[in-house]
Amino acid sequence: MRAPMSWLREFVDIPSDQSGRDVADKLTNRGLEVEFVERLGAGLSGPLVVGRVIAIEELTEFKKPIRFCQVDLGPEFGGVRGIICGARNFQAGDAVAVAPPGTVLPGDFTITARETYGKTSDGMICSERELALGENHDGIIVLAPDVAEIGADAAAILGIGDEILDIAVTPDRGYALSIRGIAREVATAYDLPFRDPGLELVDLAAPSADQAPLPCAIDDSEVCDVLTVRTIVGFDPTAPSPLWMQQRIAACGMRSISLAVDVTNYVMLETGQPLHAFDRGLITGTLQAGRAKPGETLETLDHVERSLSPQDMVIRDDSGPIGLAGTMGGFATEITDATTDIALEAAHFIAVEVARTARRHGLSSEASRRFERGVDPLLAPYASARAAQLLIEYGGGTYVGMTAMESPIDVTSITMSAQHPGDVAGTPIATEEVIARLTAVGCDVTGTDTLTVIPPSWRSDLRDPADLVEEVLRLRGYDTLPSTLPMAHAGFGFTRAQRERRRVGLALAGAGFLEILNYPFIGEFELDALGVLADDVRRRAPQLANPLSDERPLMRTTLLPGLFAAVRRNLGRGATNLALFEIGSVSHWPATRTDIDWPDLTMERRPSDEERSVVETKIPMQYQSIAAVMCGELESSGWWGAGRHADTFAAIATAQRICSAVGIETTVQAADFAPFHPGRCAAIMADGIVLGYAGELHPRVLEAADLPARTVAAELNLDAVLFVGVEARPAPAVGTFPVAKEDIALVVDADVAAADVAEALRLGGGDLLESVRLFDVYTGPQVGDGKKSLAFALRFRAPDRTLAAEETAAARQAAVAAATARFGAALRS
Amino acid sequence: MSAPNSSFDPKQVANLQAEAIDAMVTAATAAIATATDLDALKEARLGHAGDKSPLALANREIGALPPAAKADAGKRVGAARAQIKQALEVREKELLAERDARVLIDEAVDVTMVNDRHVIGGRHPLTTLMERIAEVFVAMGYEVAEGPEIEAEWYNFDALNIPVDHPARSMQDTFFVESPDSGIVLRTQTSPIQVRAMLERTLPIYVISPGRVYRTDELDATHTPVFHQVEGLAVDRGITMGDLKGTLDHFATAMFGAGIVTRLRPSFFPFTEPSAEVDLQCFVCRGESVTDSSRPCRTCGSEGWIEWGGCGMVNPRVLRAVGIDTDEYSGFAFGMGIERTLMFRNGVTDMRHMVEGDVRFTQAFGLEA
Repeated sequence: MRAPMSWLREFVDIPSDQSGRDVADKLTNRGLEVEFVERLGAGLSGPLVVGRVIAIEELTEFKKPIRFCQVDLGPEFGGVRGIICGARNFQAGDAVAVAPPGTVLPGDFTITARETYGKTSDGMICSERELALGENHDGIIVLAPDVAEIGADAAAILGIGDEILDIAVTPDRGYALSIRGIAREVATAYDLPFRDPGLELVDLAAPSADQAPLPCAIDDSEVCDVLTVRTIVGFDPTAPSPLWMQQRIAACGMRSISLAVDVTNYVMLETGQPLHAFDRGLITGTLQAGRAKPGETLETLDHVERSLSPQDMVIRDDSGPIGLAGTMGGFATEITDATTDIALEAAHFIAVEVARTARRHGLSSEASRRFERGVDPLLAPYASARAAQLLIEYGGGTYVGMTAMESPIDVTSITMSAQHPGDVAGTPIATEEVIARLTAVGCDVTGTDTLTVIPPSWRSDLRDPADLVEEVLRLRGYDTLPSTLPMAHAGFGFTRAQRERRRVGLALAGAGFLEILNYPFIGEFELDALGVLADDVRRRAPQLANPLSDERPLMRTTLLPGLFAAVRRNLGRGATNLALFEIGSVSHWPATRTDIDWPDLTMERRPSDEERSVVETKIPMQYQSIAAVMCGELESSGWWGAGRHADTFAAIATAQRICSAVGIETTVQAADFAPFHPGRCAAIMADGIVLGYAGELHPRVLEAADLPARTVAAELNLDAVLFVGVEARPAPAVGTFPVAKEDIALVVDADVAAADVAEALRLGGGDLLESVRLFDVYTGPQVGDGKKSLAFALRFRAPDRTLAAEETAAARQAAVAAATARFGAALRS
Repeated sequence: MSAPNSSFDPKQVANLQAEAIDAMVTAATAAIATATDLDALKEARLGHAGDKSPLALANREIGALPPAAKADAGKRVGAARAQIKQALEVREKELLAERDARVLIDEAVDVTMVNDRHVIGGRHPLTTLMERIAEVFVAMGYEVAEGPEIEAEWYNFDALNIPVDHPARSMQDTFFVESPDSGIVLRTQTSPIQVRAMLERTLPIYVISPGRVYRTDELDATHTPVFHQVEGLAVDRGITMGDLKGTLDHFATAMFGAGIVTRLRPSFFPFTEPSAEVDLQCFVCRGESVTDSSRPCRTCGSEGWIEWGGCGMVNPRVLRAVGIDTDEYSGFAFGMGIERTLMFRNGVTDMRHMVEGDVRFTQAFGLEA
């Protein structure tokens, strides 16, 4: 809401030394956030003079018609000057605003006497836009003849220098979408009297008895509880809006249209009451407020033909709907340049119903914004009297009278302890102050210890004691709040999952990985690129109804597409070696969706445990995932020699590092899992659970996802990793007796997994075998076709003695025997 | 091997004769003198003063001498040992000095050569900033609460006093899952975590909830549809708005330095009443740029204050919806954007840097934003 200071001053005598900035600070500190203060015509310097057009010479030899005008600026500004002008909305005798040479217009445009269209143009006749007063550039400003004396200061007449407060009104403060509401806040802030334009019933001439006013009726009191219609006949449709009204409408950011429309907008801006002017002659029968009927349609003022829902609230006459009530009027009955009889409707529509109607039609208008946020239900007859008065004053015509319908209006009464505001603030506030603050807001307060508070009609947002507390505290100033701390609470710190998520992130960062936070939106095509099959759980992605892009309407079921995109982006920006990771939420639907309905939850009671568990089954399954991707060199090459390229084993090691960072020992098994290379993919396991997969990406995936050759990746279900872990890990036994080292080489079939042979050795070696480590693999003529030689380093140690050579030899033999028994392993000598 | 000491055999003790010992000393000092480096000197020490050196072997023969000769022989061997030891010490000093002067210099490497064999990793600054914030509150006894990003509409809106037709609901442009009336949304704020915390935990409740939230904004320099918030919630007996102010002041000090405070301005949020905007005193100019026009401040735009977030006393309607007795308990809540905080705290000029995943951005932060 834009509020000109000059308009506010009509209702509050703001001290003259207070600038817009000062008022803005006061309002902001009281809850009306002034986003900025604009100065009308900022940038204008030098005189702007009232001139009278004496003669107009039409120049027709140019592409567009041009006028060469003789304009009298009075003796002080050089008398009559010749000025070229392209506008055509004025005639000889009109008073206009002239910038003589030397004056600088907003935008740092200096006026000079210059040759143009074969004449000397000795100044400029200004339009609204040229003076930065508004958007209008259809013609120049024509000043009202009675206010404009030749040679007078036009800047003052045009309100140049007036300051406009641009206020971001929060949804609870509908009353502040008006000069009335803002001026009230200004008055309270300065502790000054306030003249309420909303509750001043202007004197209208007694209704003419010749004609009956348009009858009206409320069909449905759930959508409308107050409906008034004032009828005016004999209005001059060609009468222009007065300049001051146009200026204020422009200053508030709206466009001037015609006198009838301008008056309704002007009164709405001033009082907050939306009004609509119908062409009385086009209305048949009774003007009614109610709901639409099935199958009805309406063309609204914006020329959109709308099919109406039976829930929509409409204004209708006997022929059908003629307006979307509270939102937008109908095209068929709008005021035209032939309208002489006007039906002026002012009503109170129910906020929720306006919100629903406006939302159903995707329409937000000045009227609907106000009704949704709450319009003073007592205001309609006052505002429409003010509008009727202005219409008659500037457009002539005769007032025929008002018809009105209303339902009883509920009065809210709030009971609150007088101490309550102080208790909430944390500092005592005297009862007198509480009462004074609430009274300043417009409340009717009675009582001493327990207050009974009736909020004013324009404050539908005041419903609870908490609302009253806010009023007291904001007027008192939040800067008066103490700064205290609650008594320290005995907390339990981070949960294990929270701690371990950090550990994992740190471990990967320590290993040279960089964390990325990708958007979680993916597309079906990305799952296709991964080679994920139709029955894979990763295809059960939740879909957005209104995605940012139609390409990626799904919520991710895997982190890999996001990481792949990050790889591509970084490669595109010149990176060559990348090791990236992400920890984030992924989701999918369960295999079968529940058919239980949503529980009927309200704010009036706590949901039951059962209702809460139904809610959990209705939303997708969500868990934390961790994924890494690597391409190029993991260790760079350089003057020290060759680097190390990312490979399958680096990916597996990364997955295992994630687990070991939180103390989980993992095993590895060959696996075939999209998007990995079927021969280079490992399942990462712990406690018999598959935590995830790691390996080189399938060549087709590389191609489809446009990734470099031999890109490798890993992805683990982080919640599963943390599930396998334990809160307190058991300490290992650290033997201090000497170790006995034995190296062995075993020949096995080429397809036997090294990990399985190691496991057999471990089992066979018994308790004395401390560790088994594969240190070499050989294939070739010495072991024969289809065979491989695995060289293991075995370490034996006893916890309580130095091992005798015979003991070591026996344990070693037992280990080999176990491998031989399971895999036919032959000891190489 | 020496024979049992039954009788004296002069042949067995020839090595203890003065000439023989002198010869040993001569050989030793020659070897020591000609040792050209510390390794050669070590050799010479082993050969001439070690356990198996001729002198050591000769020394073992003393026992075989008749008692009268033992003392003399002992003296000779002792003197010889001392002489060799001294020669070793002198030469060692010389060689150490030489090594220090020459060899270490010859061994010098160019330590400025590029040394990036191992890549330096890093965590995203939004992650580390959220962790830092969580730590500040955990130190005050808060716990970190979490919740799903794909959330029931009831938790995200209705339970927070934002009914379907409330204009506040259109303040937040919501992503809907499946259809606008499915009842499932991408959470638009971290506040549903607060509702869950109040339903799941026992009173009193002190939680902080950092997390990712979604609104249908287009990505540009100052907006992103996917961003992070952190919210705090305290529900206890006798919680006041002064407690809220004090907690925010403490938070500001912990994050931005001693003396930095907050300012509250009245505002509106459906789930708090009274509500306030939180401004942070500019931690760069500390408000001096407001009055001193010669020192404009880029961080606060010379306003002296930086808009930081929203806060308020938990609306009793919200407490009632989770079954908390509002006669006995009250609470406060606050929330701020992590991206915005990172922008002004660390001078990030474009929101896109945080979401595009450019490695150069993350790498610069290392393990702590």
